[in-house]
Amino acid sequence: MTTKLSVKNVYKVFGPDPKDAMKRVKRGETKDQIFAETGATVGVSDASFDIHSGEIFVIMGLSGSGKSTMVRMLNRLIDPTSGSVSIDGQDITQMTRHELIELRRRDISMVFQSFALMPHQTVLENTAFGLAAAGVARGEREQRAQAALESVGLGANSNSFPDELSGGMKQRVGLARALAVDPGILLMDEAFSALDPLIRTEMQDELLRLQSEHTRTVVFITHDLDEAMRVGDRIAIMQSGRVVQVGTPEEIVRSPANDYVRSFFRDVNVSHVFTAGDVARRDQVTVIERAGVSVRAALELLKRYDRPAGVVHDRDRKYLGTVSVDSLLGCVKGLGRRDEGKIEAAFLHDVPVIDKSTPLNDLLEPVAESPYPVPVVDENGRYCGTISRAILLLTLNRSEEEAA
Amino acid sequence: MMHLLADSSGLWNTLGSDLTIDLHIGEGFTAIVNFMQAHFDLFFTIVAAIISFVADHLTTFFNWLPAPVIFIALALLALWRVSWQFALFVLVALYVVIGMDLWPETMDTLGLVLAATLAALGVGLPLGVLMAKSDAVRAVARPILDFMQTLPAFVYLIPAVIFFGTGRVPGVIATVIFSMPPAVRLMNIGIRHVPVENVEAGKAFGCNGLQLLWRVELPLALPSIMAGINQTIMLALSMVVIASMIGAGGLGDPVLAGIQQLRLGIGFQGGLGVVILAIILDRLTQSFGDRKRGDGLFTRLKALFTRSASDDGNTHSKKAA
Repeated sequence: MTTKLSVKNVYKVFGPDPKDAMKRVKRGETKDQIFAETGATVGVSDASFDIHSGEIFVIMGLSGSGKSTMVRMLNRLIDPTSGSVSIDGQDITQMTRHELIELRRRDISMVFQSFALMPHQTVLENTAFGLAAAGVARGEREQRAQAALESVGLGANSNSFPDELSGGMKQRVGLARALAVDPGILLMDEAFSALDPLIRTEMQDELLRLQSEHTRTVVFITHDLDEAMRVGDRIAIMQSGRVVQVGTPEEIVRSPANDYVRSFFRDVNVSHVFTAGDVARRDQVTVIERAGVSVRAALELLKRYDRPAGVVHDRDRKYLGTVSVDSLLGCVKGLGRRDEGKIEAAFLHDVPVIDKSTPLNDLLEPVAESPYPVPVVDENGRYCGTISRAILLLTLNRSEEEAA
Repeated sequence: MMHLLADSSGLWNTLGSDLTIDLHIGEGFTAIVNFMQAHFDLFFTIVAAIISFVADHLTTFFNWLPAPVIFIALALLALWRVSWQFALFVLVALYVVIGMDLWPETMDTLGLVLAATLAALGVGLPLGVLMAKSDAVRAVARPILDFMQTLPAFVYLIPAVIFFGTGRVPGVIATVIFSMPPAVRLMNIGIRHVPVENVEAGKAFGCNGLQLLWRVELPLALPSIMAGINQTIMLALSMVVIASMIGAGGLGDPVLAGIQQLRLGIGFQGGLGVVILAIILDRLTQSFGDRKRGDGLFTRLKALFTRSASDDGNTHSKKAA
């Protein structure tokens, strides 16, 4: 996992005298104090993080948290007041104007919230915009632009004008324009925020599909945690100019750094953050199958713990089946006094087995329909735990509880 | 009472002679003009040569062109850019001009307006770009533009005559100065109002300064720029008429004659000629500011001739689009 983009101690101060404000920042004065005394606004304060090659890195925060400023410092649409931004180890804050233009033409491109298409150009010309600026010959750039349009499913619309397209289609063009230059880094500034929810989900899937076809380093800005959780490999959360937490979606949901981060989960749908493996519990009575564990012994065990059902696995924890008191009793009836019986005969057939990577979304139905807690197994078929209806409901409800 | 009044007015007079300070603004301006005339003679000669070259050739050209050629050219332009109805209006209006026996004057005015507009845009549009790009330039240019626009049009004529004598050249120069401000202002506003994200997109995809201007800012500012050009042409037309007072010629002559000799008919005919020219120029230049992508000239001609009712053609093309 190599580092593609590295941000170190980056500050951005807007206002009349950034240098003076910087001194105050270093002295430890607060953002509000500085604004009151100098009129300067600290947009981003001491931001540091590394973005790995090939990941979708989400920067999330409420409006005014500095995330849009942050992303613009990654291609120097905004110059950082202090600190460094390195791409492949090269500090872009030290680049000359010419080097910067070259960098923007080759290695880093951007998708905008308002699409920012040129209304006087056709879809094809818009898509070829970056290539045209770089001086790529017409034949080649049109060919590459057409290929980019086809990759986002707009191959047939190349001669349309932007005002003839719907919002979702416009942003596909914005995406194609950014992909046409074949950049190493794709910056997406609230790229899907202006779209209605259905189209937005569709575009998120589109991004993930494109990413699976050709892995790029994507920096994705959003204010929407649901979106961040869906597309992000890792998420950085910004609060009033500071990066307060960086981590995988799971890490952040599991252990939020502070109340601000926690407050994001008020409305979040955790069902696609967590998988079956995350919520499975090991509190079921388990029966280890070995010589001498009879059907009667299993029945005794369940009765002793007062449980209606239990899980059977072998010594390697490989899941074998689920038994219930009823099914065991049914078996015992048919046995002679000295007969030990086979426990397999008591396995229930209406209990499904769930893979631990299954998202919670897909669990609702099997868990609801199964009469007993549903067993979860890993990729090798090993028993990881069970999920009962109560646990599932508790997990889904968890966000509200925590926010309250 | 009378005594009191007489008394107070006497007091005012005494006070007035002490308090009123003559700033000698008029004399100062005269001095500047005299100084410029004495020391920038070569400059004025060159400007005059260029202006007279362009203006003379344009007016000669329009007068040399046979009237039917101009009829057809303007009507086709009207059909292409506006509508067949407007093309029809152009033909009738130009026929009215011929009927008033004002064709040469109209062509003179057209030439003068175009010459003045070209010069005004040649200076004004780049100035507008500078103004949009630099707040310092804007701070300086703004009051000058206000001054240029509010100074009564006639006042321009005086220095113009001093520098360039009478005739076409001072007329065109006064017109250039009078008509330039809207082109500068609307270019400035147009560029400054280009959406931020479009400018950012231009930069983010590696445009240098010139590419940004050419590929993003000017195209997106086009409606505003065209509105500025349209206003410049309209102001030029009104000033060219006034400039006939210093011998610029054209449609202003019959108007002036109408005033001086109280000949209502002549004056009205001159005025009508100006109105006709104004409507044609206005509608045509305005049409270039629309961002709508109209059908080509051929499509329109075809629609006109293949269908007797060209309204059908219009609705058809709308449905197709």
